[in-house]
Amino acid sequence: MQPTSSSSSDAEGAYLCLQGLSKVYATDGGPVPALDQVSVRARRGEFLSVLGPSGCGKSTLLMITAGLVRPSSGAVTIGGELVTGPRTDIGIVFQNPVLLEWRTALGNVMLQAEAKKLERTAANGRARELLGAVGLRGFEDKYPHELSGGMRQRVSLCRALIHNPNQLLMDEPFGALDALTRDQLGLDLQQIWSERRMTVLFVTHSVPEAVFLSDRIMVMTPRPGRVDRMIDIELPRPRTLAMREMPEFARYIHEILDLFLARGILREH
Amino acid sequence: MAETEHPLAQSPPLGIAELEAKVEGGRAQRERQARLRNILYPFGVAVGLLVVWEVGTRVLGVPIFLLPPPSAIAVSFIRNLSLLLFHGWVTTAEILLGFALSIVVGIPLALAIFLWPAFSRSILPLLVSSQAMPKVAVAPLFLVWFGFGLLPKVLIAFLIAFFPVVINTAIGLASIEREKIYLARSMGFGATATFFKIRLPNALPAIFGGLKISITLAVVGAVVGEFVGGDAGLGYLLMVANGSMDTQLLFAGIVALTVLGVVLFLLIELAERLAIPRHIIAGDKGMREVV
Repeated sequence: MQPTSSSSSDAEGAYLCLQGLSKVYATDGGPVPALDQVSVRARRGEFLSVLGPSGCGKSTLLMITAGLVRPSSGAVTIGGELVTGPRTDIGIVFQNPVLLEWRTALGNVMLQAEAKKLERTAANGRARELLGAVGLRGFEDKYPHELSGGMRQRVSLCRALIHNPNQLLMDEPFGALDALTRDQLGLDLQQIWSERRMTVLFVTHSVPEAVFLSDRIMVMTPRPGRVDRMIDIELPRPRTLAMREMPEFARYIHEILDLFLARGILREH
Repeated sequence: MAETEHPLAQSPPLGIAELEAKVEGGRAQRERQARLRNILYPFGVAVGLLVVWEVGTRVLGVPIFLLPPPSAIAVSFIRNLSLLLFHGWVTTAEILLGFALSIVVGIPLALAIFLWPAFSRSILPLLVSSQAMPKVAVAPLFLVWFGFGLLPKVLIAFLIAFFPVVINTAIGLASIEREKIYLARSMGFGATATFFKIRLPNALPAIFGGLKISITLAVVGAVVGEFVGGDAGLGYLLMVANGSMDTQLLFAGIVALTVLGVVLFLLIELAERLAIPRHIIAGDKGMREVV
């Protein structure tokens, strides 16, 4: 498989645009570079994954995209608009569900609606509909501690979607879940994405997860994170669990693993 | 081979619904027993101690002014009930006023400390070092300044009780996961909405922790104030009983103070339970297990 550049998406269809993002953190032990000149564009409705080892700055990249962390240099535009502060028109799913313990599942989803001052009854209906779509019908009035880890992350996903964002940012959303729940949530996410076609920036350190979900994968180098390789995933959609056994799927996995071996991220003894 | 079935295996297998009922019944029974034990054991120990005390003082012939038996204390308590109620009411008023003052001053102070770093930097070291000062030592000074009435007692109760309110509230407001703040900002909540919808509810358990410490300290403060100079209140009654060698009354006063302290503490706990329903406290634990 030849290394593919991002040129294929440099067309005017780009929705999310990261230009020359660098980030250096000031710490007691001196400046720590996290990102080095990362540029990437995502088409409207594209599912783009950011894949890399721990500490390669991929979460930082996502936080900068959300406008929650300032880059040391570089710029982000979403839908042609420069990100200068927290973007409120996007949806974010964090690594942890970040639910408010004193609100029910429905109440947590409605928090977003309250922030956006959406009309209450309509938002309520939408929230219930979303919760139903991710298999949480009947759990609307449960509190976070009454839900499993996977259920909490589903609530968090619904909260990120209730205002119909065009851009969804996900920071290792399934990282803390068991393998089965992870697979199921991956399938659910694919379903939701195929219905709504929002642009997704999906940060992960799981190679199969990235290949399974993505249109394109941006593989990053270890710290400081740079774009190592852009890989187009040309597997048919909708992707099924059985596709993971296909030789094409295995080839993508191999390509990435070889890259990680070459970079010393993985080491075979 | 003659296979003899285990006698237990001969009983017909139960369906899952029956098993559920059985397991649930067992759990409910164990829980009831545990609740009963939680009450019975400490109660039994208390009764045992009282019996040992009663018998001990009688058998050893301990003089009544040194250590009266529980029965004598009970008799004194009942005989002086109206006296105890009168003085108890005075002390209760002092405690509640001191506690209310602790809240009225403590929570805004904590807010200022949280919201205004410069204020925090300048006032917090003073506040902390002021706590090293023994407040009992200030009591005579308050007597000079404010006389023998209600005010000095309320102020001493306040002085002792307000610190935990300030510290716990400030810590509760400050300790929040960064992601919750990120979430609020990315959803578009302003500072005020973030405070009321996320930060304050998040801090409630810590705030109530401070209030519970504060109410017990307010009791101490009021009694100290009455010791130093007063003409009413349970602390004053203790001094009078002490002066007249009426040790039974002294003990009765201590019992009254203890009951008062426990009741006030339970009232704060009740308020906590109303403000933060049980599921949230449990939810806190549940969150920690998963993450």
